[in-house]
Amino acid sequence: MENDIRIYVEDAPGQRRELEAPTDMGLSLMELLKANDYPIQATCGGMALCATCHVEILAGPPLIEPSDDEWAMLDTLPVLHETSRLSCQIRLQPNLDGLVIRVADPA
Amino acid sequence: MSAVISTDICIIGAGPVGLFAVFEAGLLKLRCHVVDALPQPGGQLSEIYPKKPIYDIPGYPEILAGDLIDNLMKQIAPFHPTFTLGERVESFAKLDDGSFRLTTTDGTEVQCKAVAIAGGLGSFEPRKPAVENLERFEGGKGVHYMVRDPEHFRGKKIVIAGGGDSALDWTNFLANVASEVTLVHRGTTFRGAADSAEKVQKLHEAGKIKLVLSSNVTHLHGNGHLQEVTITGNNGQAETVPLDAFVPLFGLTPKLGPIGEWGLGLENDAVLVNTEDYSTSLPGVYAIGDINTYPGKLKLILCGFHEAALMCQGAFKYIYPDKKYTLKYTTVNGAPSL
Ligand SMILES: Cc1cc2nc3c(=O)[nH]c(=O)nc-3n(C[C@H](O)[C@H](O)[C@H](O)COP(=O)(O)OP(=O)(O)OC[C@H]3O[C@@H](n4cnc5c(N)ncnc54)[C@H](O)[C@@H]3O)c2cc1C
Ligand code: FES
Repeated sequence: MENDIRIYVEDAPGQRRELEAPTDMGLSLMELLKANDYPIQATCGGMALCATCHVEILAGPPLIEPSDDEWAMLDTLPVLHETSRLSCQIRLQPNLDGLVIRVADPA
Repeated sequence: MSAVISTDICIIGAGPVGLFAVFEAGLLKLRCHVVDALPQPGGQLSEIYPKKPIYDIPGYPEILAGDLIDNLMKQIAPFHPTFTLGERVESFAKLDDGSFRLTTTDGTEVQCKAVAIAGGLGSFEPRKPAVENLERFEGGKGVHYMVRDPEHFRGKKIVIAGGGDSALDWTNFLANVASEVTLVHRGTTFRGAADSAEKVQKLHEAGKIKLVLSSNVTHLHGNGHLQEVTITGNNGQAETVPLDAFVPLFGLTPKLGPIGEWGLGLENDAVLVNTEDYSTSLPGVYAIGDINTYPGKLKLILCGFHEAALMCQGAFKYIYPDKKYTLKYTTVNGAPSL
């Protein structure tokens, strides 16, 4: 589809899986990952309340800064990376084409 | 360790569904004991979203999750349920007479005639920081992942680690209880909860607590009991701090845990049940709420309530195979009591 974008998930070093994602359905990155059977719990269903959808951004277009709620939740994690994000807070939009991420280890 | 607790139904999990099961059991004059790994009742509602409004509870156009739990506690109070909180049910034995004996992490024993597993997504377990030797000091030897009883820390020297709500809130609270509180946070600022972060900052400026930013607790030391921790700055500088307790607070996350090892029929980490009475593959053991699965299952509070009502009918028949029961409306009997 013309609105589709490509997201790359690094499953292991140097090994990237390409996911095609629609941008006209209001999906979040968390929902895309779940739909592709990545083992994230997403206990809270995308409300930035559980931090079980933690990902690391490796490369790609710049993202909108996290909201206060997202920061607050990220701060609860024992391990945080420079570019950690909650995937449920990232809306799939056309400007995210080419984003490269890694799913963080579940804590 | 206290004497064995004896009851009719032992409910594993004090989430909304486990709590409502107490009510339905009470209508059948069955007594309940409820065990939960969390220090407070309410399951996901108290732990994850106490301040969020729920819109699909029949009769409530809108109700805060925390208020729904308060209401459930009020609703079941006439049936005098008893609780063991802050302990996880570990194991489970069926005795020859068809009754059950459950044992918790702290060795509490519950003797009951039927078991209702209302374990939700599993028991809430702490996220643990990557610190060597952490496990060695668990179980009363100095590492605490939850504050169950603040009094436990009275007059003690404690180090709290974490940057979220609970780390900030407990730092503020324990500043007046413990003799010395140090808060260690990996970041340079606290980006969430502005109010509690400001309080922590003020306590620090007033010399009431120590605040160590851009740092992590990296090593634990002690012979038997924890005696010292090493705090290492992001710049590599390390200091060693003597203490009585280390309290890493990095939130809790549900894990299926022991329920998965009890030999019950499972599918995708959920307990398979018969929807006639929500019985599991083991007679006398029932599973209700988010923990169970069956064709058409919806993980909703509403559905769990319905399951609780049918489950209690099944448990009643299991406990009293010869007694006949006819449904009575609560309106007929008036205010509920045991
Ligand atoms: C952010 C969010 C929003 C939601 N919104 C809605 C909504 O609008 N409407 C709706 O209907 N549902 C909603 N839900 C789902 C709803 O919260 C769940 O369906 C509900 O909590 C299930 O209740 P439960 O009693 O089965 O389990 P839980 O609430 O998960 O409680 C289970 C309890 O069992 C304990 N436990 C598990 N194993 C053990 C053990 N071995 N020993 C001791 N204790 C144990 C756990 O610690 C936990 O406290 C939402 C969920 C979340 C996270
Ligand atoms: S799904 Fe819970 S924080 Fe993202």
